[in-house]
Amino acid sequence: MAKILMVQPSKCASCRNCELACSFAHEGVFNPNKSRVHALVWERLGLGVPLMCMHCDDAPCVEVCMTGALHRDEEANGVLWDKDKCIGCKLCISACPFGNASYDSETKSVIKCDLCGGDPECVKFCPNEAIEYKEADKGMLTKKAMYAEKFKKIFEEVE
Amino acid sequence: MMSSYQNKILRVNLTNGTASMEPLNTKYAKDFIGGRGLGTKMYCEEVGPNVDPLSPDNNMYLVTGPLTGTMAPSAGRYMVITRGPLTGTIACSNSGGYFGSEMKYAGYDVVVIEGKAEKPVYIWINNDKVEIRPADHIWGKEVPDTTDLLKEETDEMAKVACIGPGGENLSKIACIMNEMNRAAGRTGVGAVMGSKNLKGIVVRGTNPVHVPDGEKFMAAIQEARKALLEHPVTGTGLATYGTQILINILDQSGGLPVRNFRDSGTVEWADKTSGEFMIEHKNLVRNKGCFSCVMRCGRVTRTFKPYAGFGEGPEYEAGWGFGADCGVKDIDAICQANFRCNELGLDAISMPCTIACAMELYENGYLPNEDAGCDLRFGNASILADLVTKTAYREDIGDILAEGSYRLAEKYGHPELSMSVKKQELPAYEPRTLQGMGLNYATNNRGGCHVRGYMTAPEILGIPVKLDPAVTEGKAGVCKAFQDLTGAVDASGFCLFTTFAIGADIIANVVSAATGIEYSPDELLKAGERIWNLERLFNMACGFTSKDDTLPQRLLQEPQKNGSYKGSVNRLHEMLPEYYQLRGWDQAGVPTKDKMVELGLEDAFAQMLGAVEAASAKNN
Repeated sequence: MAKILMVQPSKCASCRNCELACSFAHEGVFNPNKSRVHALVWERLGLGVPLMCMHCDDAPCVEVCMTGALHRDEEANGVLWDKDKCIGCKLCISACPFGNASYDSETKSVIKCDLCGGDPECVKFCPNEAIEYKEADKGMLTKKAMYAEKFKKIFEEVE
Repeated sequence: MMSSYQNKILRVNLTNGTASMEPLNTKYAKDFIGGRGLGTKMYCEEVGPNVDPLSPDNNMYLVTGPLTGTMAPSAGRYMVITRGPLTGTIACSNSGGYFGSEMKYAGYDVVVIEGKAEKPVYIWINNDKVEIRPADHIWGKEVPDTTDLLKEETDEMAKVACIGPGGENLSKIACIMNEMNRAAGRTGVGAVMGSKNLKGIVVRGTNPVHVPDGEKFMAAIQEARKALLEHPVTGTGLATYGTQILINILDQSGGLPVRNFRDSGTVEWADKTSGEFMIEHKNLVRNKGCFSCVMRCGRVTRTFKPYAGFGEGPEYEAGWGFGADCGVKDIDAICQANFRCNELGLDAISMPCTIACAMELYENGYLPNEDAGCDLRFGNASILADLVTKTAYREDIGDILAEGSYRLAEKYGHPELSMSVKKQELPAYEPRTLQGMGLNYATNNRGGCHVRGYMTAPEILGIPVKLDPAVTEGKAGVCKAFQDLTGAVDASGFCLFTTFAIGADIIANVVSAATGIEYSPDELLKAGERIWNLERLFNMACGFTSKDDTLPQRLLQEPQKNGSYKGSVNRLHEMLPEYYQLRGWDQAGVPTKDKMVELGLEDAFAQMLGAVEAASAKNN
C-alpha cells in the first residue's frame, strides 16, 4: 500500500521545524514564507496545525490545470508539478480548497509539497511526530476521521 | 560573504517619529557574536552609564543572534538590552517564541528603540516598511487582547511583542511578552518600554536567512540535534514534564527554598506542585516548542475550580515562586497566578518572590493589616492571582509590590528580608545547599538570576559532571566557565537549555557554520568572557562595586532549617576571592588593565575608570 502524509495537530509542538526543513530542502535558504508546509498556530490555545498539500485523489488543482503541469503521479501516490509544462496561470492556487499551493513570482514556480521524492523533510525533522509518512491502513483512516472532527470544531470556532 | 546575519539594523526614534536603517557593524558582530553580546556593546557605545532607566535617553535594543531564524535546534531567541529599572545594572532579558526569527525574516539583526513617544504608539515593521502608529485604543489592554488587536490591524501572520498593564504602569518587575506567553521576563524591561509610551512591536518578515555552506551547516546542526534528542534531559525530560520536573529534584536534594527562604531545604508537600503532578492532575494539555526547538519544554495548561483558567506554564521558577516560596500547595492556584503574570506582563519570578517577601513582612508584623488589605500569611492560595492583578494596576498594596521586593522590604524597614541580589529576586535554588549557585547569584551582572551560570547543572543534576553542592573548593573556576559559556550561548541565539546536552565544541561549530567566521571552542568562550567583562565594566561605571557581589544576610548567616543540608549557610567568602583572581580582577573585584587588553576592552575600561573618578570627584 502506498504511503500518505498524515498530520496530527494534537501532537504539534508549534516549533515550525517542518517549515525550516522544507524551505531549506527546496530553496536552500531558511524562509518559512517559501515553505510548502505551514504550522499554523492559535496562540490563545497554544495549538499548532501543520498543513501542506494533501495530495487529493480527486484534486481540484489537477482538474483546473489546462496543460497537465499538475498531475497525479501513481508511483509517488501524490500530486506533482511539472515546471516545463506550467504556463504560470496560477489557477491551481485559486482552486486548492486548503490554500496549500502558492506561487513564487521570482522563480516562477508553484510552491507546493512534492513529497521530497518519497522522503519528506518535514517528517524527518518533526520532533513530536505530528507529521508522519505512512501507509494508510484502515486504523489510520479511523484516526484521521477523529482528527478531521477536531479540525472541523476548530475551524467552526475560528470562523 | 553570505552569512546568517542580515547585516542590517533598524533604528526607530519615538521622539522624532523616524525610522532609519544602517549596516551591522561587522567588527562588533565578530567580537560579540550577537544577542546579549552585540546588544551590550551597542548600548555601551551609544548610551553609556548612568542614564535614568525610565528616561527617554535610555535606548532599548532588541537583538537576534546569528542562529536566530536558521534551523539550528532551539535557537530562535532574541535578547532585549537596556538599563534596567529594577537593578540599575545592565538589563538584558531573553525570549523565545517566534518574534526573534520574524525580526530576522523582516531583514534585521537588531531593532534599536530610542526616545519617547508623546502618546501611546506601536511600531509596525513589515519587511522594509516601518510605521509608528497610534495605540491609544490598545493602551490598557492585557497581553492576549493586545496581541490579537495588533494582528488584526496589521497582518494575521505577524508576530507581536508587547507590554501589558504592568509595563504601562512602570512596574519595575514588568516584562515584554511575545506570542502571548513567551517573556523577556526579568530586570524590568517592560517598564522601559512603557516609559517610552510604546505598547508593542509588530513584525512580519518574508525574507530568507542564508548560510554560507548549506551542507556544512546541516552537518553541524545534525550533530547538535542528535545530541539534544538523545539526552535524557533535553530529549525526553523537558518535553514530558517541562522545567517543573525540577520541583521534586530540588526538594529531594534539600535545595528547595521555602517561604521566602525562611524554612528552606525541603517541604513535605512539594510533590503536589511538581511537573509530574501536573500530568496526574490533568493540568497539562500539551507540550510546546519555541521556533526551531527540539526540546519542547513549553506547557499548555488548564486549571480547575476555584482557580479555573487556561494558558501556558508555569516554568519551574514561577511554579516554585507561587508555590513553595509563598507556602502555597495548590497547583491550580499556582498556575492561575502564573497565567495572570503572562496576561498582565509581569515577571513570573520577581512577582511571586515579592509576594513571598510581603508575606514574611506581614507575619512578622512589619507590614500592617491596613496596608495588606488581605490575609497575607504564607500559604494563602486564594490571594495570589488578585495580588498579581493589583500589582499590574498599582492598586492598594499592589503599588508597592510593583516596585519589587527590595523596595517593599525597605519601605517597611527590613530590607534584609528581600531575597534579592542587586535588588533582583533570587530564583528557586537555595544557596545554602548549592554553594556554587550562591557564588553565581552574588556575581551575576543582572542581579539575582539563574540563567547566567547555571551551577545547578553540576551541583544537582550532575551535568556535565556531578559536584558536591556543599563543597566550595573549585566552584569559582566552574562558575566562571559556566558564566562565560552562557555569555556566548546568549549571544548566538541558542536557548540556554541546549547546554544540558551540547558544549562549547558543538556550539562553536554551529556558530561558525552559520556566520562563516571560524570560532574555535576557546574563541567562543573568550567571546563569552568578553561579554561578561563588558557587562561588569558597565555596572562598575554605574557605581556598582564588590560590595554588591553578595547575598542576602539570611543566606550567609542564618542556618538552613530543613533538608539534607540543615544547618548550613552559604560560604561565599571561601569562593569570591578565588573567583576574582580567576577572572583577572583585583582583590576589590575591579578588572585589571592587562585582562581588559587581552579581551580587547581597553576603551570600555577607560570609560569605566573615568565614570568612577567623576562620581568620586562629585561626592567629594
